[in-house]
Amino acid sequence: MASSIRVRATSSGETTEVQALIQHPMDSGFVKDAKGELIPPHFIQELTFEYDGKNVFVANWGAAVSKDPYVKFSFKGGKKGDDLKISWVDNKGASDTTTAKIQ
Amino acid sequence: MTTPHNGFPATRRLILQGAVTVALVGLGNIQFGLAPAFAAANDKYPEDAFKAKSEADAIKSLYGKTAEPSDKVKLDAPEIAENGAVVPISVTTTLADVTSISFLVSENPNALAASYKIPAGTMPSVANRLKMAKTSNVIAIVEAGGKLYSATKEVKVTVGGCGG
Repeated sequence: MASSIRVRATSSGETTEVQALIQHPMDSGFVKDAKGELIPPHFIQELTFEYDGKNVFVANWGAAVSKDPYVKFSFKGGKKGDDLKISWVDNKGASDTTTAKIQ
Repeated sequence: MTTPHNGFPATRRLILQGAVTVALVGLGNIQFGLAPAFAAANDKYPEDAFKAKSEADAIKSLYGKTAEPSDKVKLDAPEIAENGAVVPISVTTTLADVTSISFLVSENPNALAASYKIPAGTMPSVANRLKMAKTSNVIAIVEAGGKLYSATKEVKVTVGGCGG
């Protein structure tokens, strides 16, 4: 199965800009389905970006983050060709991990 | 004559000593109970903050202090969002020593939307997309050097992103 995480990490020499797009329903628990029943909450709670053995960015998310969430940040350092590890965990305990090469 | 009088004060002293010991043991228990709870709050998912209804409660639960408005926090959000389900919101700041950035939407059922930890070496700048139930103030909180700074902007929502 293809990964739920799409990442683009671009190094500009001094800093690395990271853009991530994750496929996830991010159900808030307030929306009803076609039958009028509440769809139970299902959302990513923690998203971690790891470079060179340490966390460079940690996101704690609530249900108010949009479906198929997007996030952008940058950090100092990061060499072209190095690995950036991305992982998430949702409120039902599901998780996914991927590794992206810095471009 | 003296013996019946001696017995009474001795018992009272014993009772008093016992009471003091019980009180000390009780205090000790409370302190031991609280310490791990505070330690865990720093790196675990802040469940209580995300369940808080109002933004004041969420900020208090997350940081334990209040924020002051600052023009060094730049909150970028649209004036009008046509679709409340996807509202692009970003924050940058010129403040130094930033350790975390959080986003809150006042009128959402739970005010806190997202909270980001910014380790040393990561830029204090985050862009993401949030859901908004209706027209509301969006608040960005920046924690820098142990203090909280905020920026607020109203975003008008024409179609809500949280209702059915």
